[in-house]
This record gives sequence, structure tokens and C-alpha cells, in this order.
Amino acid sequence: MRALWIGALLAGAAGLAALVSLVWLPGEVARVDVGSRLQGMSASHWLGTDHLGRDLAAMLMAGARTSIAVALLAVGIGMAFGVPLGLLAAARRGSWLDEVVMRGNDLIFAFPSLVIAILITAVFGPSAVNAILAIGLFNVPVFARVARGGALPLWTLDFVAAARVAGKGAGLISVQHVLPNVANLLIVQATIQFSLGILAEAALSYVGLGAQPPTVSWGRMLAEAQTMIYVAPMLAVLPGVAIVGTVLGLNLLGDGLRDLLDPRLRRGRA
Amino acid sequence: MRDTSEHLLAVEGLNLSIHRIPILHDVALAVAPGEVLGLVGESGSGKSMTALALMGLLPRGCRTEGHATFDGTDLLALPEREMRRVRGDDVSMIFQEPMTALNPVHPIGAQVAETLRLRSTPRAEAMRVARDRLDRVGLTAIGLDRYPHELSGGQRQRVCIAMAIARHPRLLIADEPTTALDVTTQATILDLLRGLVAEEGMAMILVTHDLGVVAGMADRVAVMKAGRVVETGATRDVLSAPAEPYTSDLLAASRPPPRAPRPVAEAPVLEVRDLRRTYGATRAVDGVSLVLHRGESLGLVGESGCGKSTLTRLLLGLERPDGGTVALMGRPGGAAMTRADRAKISVVFQDPYGSFDPRWTVARLVAEPFHLTGRPSDWRDRVARALVAVGLHADDAAKYPHEFSGGQRQRIAIARALITEPEVLVLDEAVSALDVRVRAQVLDLLDDLQGRLGLSYLFISHDLTVVRAIADRVLVMRAGRIVERGEAGAVFDAPQDDYTRQLIAAAPRIPEEWA
Repeated sequence: MRALWIGALLAGAAGLAALVSLVWLPGEVARVDVGSRLQGMSASHWLGTDHLGRDLAAMLMAGARTSIAVALLAVGIGMAFGVPLGLLAAARRGSWLDEVVMRGNDLIFAFPSLVIAILITAVFGPSAVNAILAIGLFNVPVFARVARGGALPLWTLDFVAAARVAGKGAGLISVQHVLPNVANLLIVQATIQFSLGILAEAALSYVGLGAQPPTVSWGRMLAEAQTMIYVAPMLAVLPGVAIVGTVLGLNLLGDGLRDLLDPRLRRGRA
Repeated sequence: MRDTSEHLLAVEGLNLSIHRIPILHDVALAVAPGEVLGLVGESGSGKSMTALALMGLLPRGCRTEGHATFDGTDLLALPEREMRRVRGDDVSMIFQEPMTALNPVHPIGAQVAETLRLRSTPRAEAMRVARDRLDRVGLTAIGLDRYPHELSGGQRQRVCIAMAIARHPRLLIADEPTTALDVTTQATILDLLRGLVAEEGMAMILVTHDLGVVAGMADRVAVMKAGRVVETGATRDVLSAPAEPYTSDLLAASRPPPRAPRPVAEAPVLEVRDLRRTYGATRAVDGVSLVLHRGESLGLVGESGCGKSTLTRLLLGLERPDGGTVALMGRPGGAAMTRADRAKISVVFQDPYGSFDPRWTVARLVAEPFHLTGRPSDWRDRVARALVAVGLHADDAAKYPHEFSGGQRQRIAIARALITEPEVLVLDEAVSALDVRVRAQVLDLLDDLQGRLGLSYLFISHDLTVVRAIADRVLVMRAGRIVERGEAGAVFDAPQDDYTRQLIAAAPRIPEEWA
């Protein structure tokens, strides 16, 4: 239970920073002011400035926005395609359709995700949108597998047979009976994929294939801090802590949700 | 209480609570060497918890008080380290589900030998004893290198028994050892247990819900209700002249009266001709023909794997037959049914837990079959009426299935089956998972509904007692074929087929003269 609250707090802080950044920032992220470069913490620059004199607090908040947006949209793509595919495979279990879906999954799983993501962004040009598509692609088989795995045992239960007796087809049963009963699993998986998405976005941006200037992201902040690591270690530490804190928070949140949602799956039998 | 020194095990003042919720109250039991004590009660009565407490296998969060003196030692006071020595050496246990009691990745010989290897018996010696024990439980033809999935349910339970008796325990606790087995298998396992007790001089505590089993097995019986032992004594005394009203209730519910013969109009509502369905080489349904008349109850008896579930699925149109025809009220039935015709046949399944989507309200669940006919505008009133008709409350519509007991859930399942006003109700082991008293109530309800609505029932069950109580005519099914059919009274009193005779002989029952 404590994991849930710590996780919610950490992830919530990142989410709040991203939301607030939409309407207000404590400084300007685009204005280069070399005169006030590498300042320490002060009232005008809460966390100091970077090597170009930009406000670090503002950059962190704007970076949260980018990272979270990319990861969230990637999870959205993964669920939008993966969940229907998984439910379809479970509904037609054992058929050629099931085979095609699952072997397609295996195919995507067989490639190292980050390398392919780099390939995609390298071919189609580095941008946040391509990063989203690349990360999203690798979320599809994850959700397909979780959805299918959760759905398969449900198809053997009598309430599904009762729905078939009531004349319902596989599609309607999947939507009305199966999906709500695998939602728990999907929510937990979504938080985990979300955290992995933030990591992947940071990695892509770090190698210059994610968000492009002037968009700020945590991965780009890390990349830019690299050359300054001995002069101004805080430039690397701040985005590093933000990434680790958010990912840790999301993982704890996922674990906590699993514990919270699990007891309802177990049905009491004397 | 008599002098306890002659007893192998004497339990006194056993109290048990789980997270401070009291479960057992002042339980007292005693069992002597060579004696079988039947521990009977309904689900939730505390009989399994009593057994687990004696084995020191209670789940976390349990607190026990009282004494369980086994040969001078108080089992409840032993630390886990010493209890481990007692388990298997002195006290052993077999469980209900032989599917899950064996590890699927190890051969059975190794599993039986393992209990000996724990006492550092050399491997060769342990395997030799394992062979000997497996021979003793009647698995002479089964190799030590066989895996659990290669064995039948009854054979698996024999392996479990071999494991339990490998170190010659002096007390064997059997928790519903035959409940998951077919009637004929049950009879052979009970025979084996009876023989072991006599031969090895073991004491046995037989935990069961089935008074018929107790009548045939136990020297003495203890009846449990809500965590208390309400009555105890010699089996024959307790069952023939129960002192407690609760025991009388159990007895009455265990022996539902046979259905009296009654005239049934020759008006077929369901006609099955030469129905066939094969899976690979298995002929699951192999040329079954039957006729169900309006207002009639047709019992279909058979053991697991006889094809009765496949037949159900064929009749409901969930599967297509390989051959033969089904006609529902003169029109094509089974998979060929129109939506309107589908509303005329409905089903109640066995499992009161798996029958409902846990996330739906009762109103939505009961109304689901309206999908066939289109939901009428007064559907909420119809649901309320259906719930009242099955003995529930109209307000129950807003609740979720987990808020109901097993018996209430079967009532909800019946309400759902009746909502489209069907002609035919297929009852697939519909009362098999229920306690006897609840079972009797549901059987009464079915009888009442049949009288009021003129329903026709196809009542599928492995339980002969129940079939006898509800069926006008009976079919006996084996390996996909109907081997005997006729008026219920005639089939039960003078069975013609060998298999039917076996089934009837194997069914545990309380002797007539004890009544």
C-alpha cells in the first residue's frame, strides 16, 4: 500500500509539473542569455541556469511535458492496436488468426526495440512524432500478449458460455465481458510501459533522434550536459533525478495498483 | 467425555480465529487406533479448518487455543520444526483435488519416494518402498516413471494415498478424498481406505459433506455446524436417531424423496435423433437420440467424460454436430436455431461462481438473454418478477454476484434462464456444487417452477440421488452412448444394463433400515 502512495506521489509530481508547464514556467526555456550562464540556485533561477543561461527549473518542467507526452501517446498507440489484437486472438484462439497475431508479435519482440526505434527515427528523420511512433510500435505486442493471456481463461468460464447462449457473438462478448475483466492487467501494464516509454524517449533524445531543438526534453538535457559534466554536474544530475524519480514512481504505482486490484480477482471459495 | 487415554488423538477445547474472527468454537474430537471418525458438515462449517489445525497447516493470521493430544504430545503446542517430523511420520493427510496435489513435472515414483527421502532413506530403498506402497494402493500395473497427467483422477488419488501412507502414519486425515471423483471411482477409493485402516491399524479422520459416504465408512461421526461440533456418537446411532434438529435437517436433505410417477402428455418439445460429435478419434457423442416432452423432467446420468457436456453444448447450439438432428418444438434446433428459437431453450450451469461476470449487476446479468429477443421496455419489471419467482428480492437487482451465497447465485442463474420464458431448461449439474440443504431448496424451487410454468427440464447430473428426486424418466450415458433409458423408478429399482447396475451399486447411501 505504501508503494502505491510513494509511486503516485512521484509520478503525480512529474505529471503536475508537465501540466503547470502548459500555462506557466518559472523562467524562459528558449532565451539564451550567456551573461548569466551556470548560475547557482537563486530567487530568480530556482535551480540555477545552464551553460547557455537558460532557467533549469523551467527546462525540467518543459522537459517533463515532452517526456510524458511522448510516453503517454506511445502507450496509447500500444493499447489502441495491441488490446484489440489480443482480444481477437483470444476470441479466435487456436485459429489461423490467433497464429498470425501471435507470430507477428513474436516477430516484433525478436528485434531489439531501441535499435529499431533508432532505425525508424534515422530513416524518417528525428522528431518527437517519429519517436512516439517507434516506441508505440513496440508497445503493441506487449499489450496484445497481456490482453490475450488475461482473456484466454475467461473464455472457458460459464458466464461467457451464458453470453453465447444469449446469442452474443465473439466481438460483443470481448467488449462486454472480457475487456472489463482484463482491464486490471492492462492498467498495471500501462503504467509499466509508460515508465519504459519515458526511458526510451530519454534514450532517443540523448542520441539526438528524439525531440529536436528548441523543444526541451530530459534526454536532450542529459546530452547537452555531457560536455559540462566536470564543470557543472548539476546540469546532468537534475534531469537524471527527474527521469529516475518518474520511472521509479510509475513502477511503484504499477506494483501498488496490481496489489490493490488483485484481491478482487480472487473470488472467495469455502 | 470418556477417558482419553485409549484414544490416539484427543482434541479438546479447540478454538481458532483468523485475524481475530472466530472460526472454531470449543471443538472436541477423539479417535482411537483402527477407528474411522467421520467429520461432516456443510461448507463453512469449519471441518477443513479443524483438519488443517491438526496438521499445523493453517494459513497465516490464525490463532489457536486448546489441546490436540496425539499419543501424549500436544500437536497445537509443537513448534513448526517438530511438527514437520510429526507430519508424514505420525499424522498424514490426503486432499480433495488429486489434480493439484501432485507436482506435474515429477514422476509419481519420485514423489512417493520423496516423503521417505526426507528421512534420509537411501534412494534405492526409497524407490523400493514407493513401489511397494503403490502396489498396496492398487497401482501394480503403473510404472514409477509415469507422470501425473498420464493417470486418471482415481489413479492420481491413489498416488496421493500412497504418498500419505508411505511412512506408515498412525493417523490419516482425509479431506473430501473422493468429492472430485466419479461415483464408481469413489467406491473403489473408499474401499481402499477402508482396507488400509483395517490392515495398518491406522486411525482415520474422514472429512466429508456426504452423509452417504460417512454411513458406509465411519465408526463414529461428529457433525459440525458454524465452527462447533453439534453432535457426536456412533455413526448408526447419530444417523438413525439424530438428537440435533440440524442433523435431522442434513439427513432429510441428503435423502430427497424419489419423484412420484405422474402422467406426462405426449407432446415433444425437444427431439434429438442420432446426434454425433467427434473430437479427433474420440466419439464424445455417438449416436444419441432422446425425446423431451412438455412439462417433463428428463434425467441424464453419466460420469465425467461420458459426453454429457458435449451433448449440452450441441443442444444449446454452442457447437455444431457432425451428424444427426435436433428439433426444438418441431423446428430446427441446436446450431441451426433462429434467434427467436434460441430464446426457447436456456441453461443453468454447475459453477455458481463462474456463471456470472463479476463486474455486472444482477439486473444486467439476468437481462442478458434479452439480447435474443430485443430488450422490452419493461425489462426492469421483468427482471424483478424473475428474481421474486426464484425466491429472491426485487431489490437484489442492483447488487453484484459476489454479494450472494452459492445457493442464491444458482437462483439468479435460474432467473436468468427463465427471463425469455423458455420451454426447455437444460440443467447442467445445476445443483452439484451446492450443500445438501441448499440443494433441497433449489430442487423444490425447480419443482415449483415446473408446476407453475409447465417447463421441460433436461436434468444432467452424475448424482443419482438428485436425478431420482427430480426426473420422470432417466437416460444413462456412457462413452457417448445412451446405454439405458426408461421410467425413473424402473431404471433405479431394476436396472437392465451392467453399467447402470454398477453406478447404482457404487452410489454411497444411508442404509434404508437406519431411517
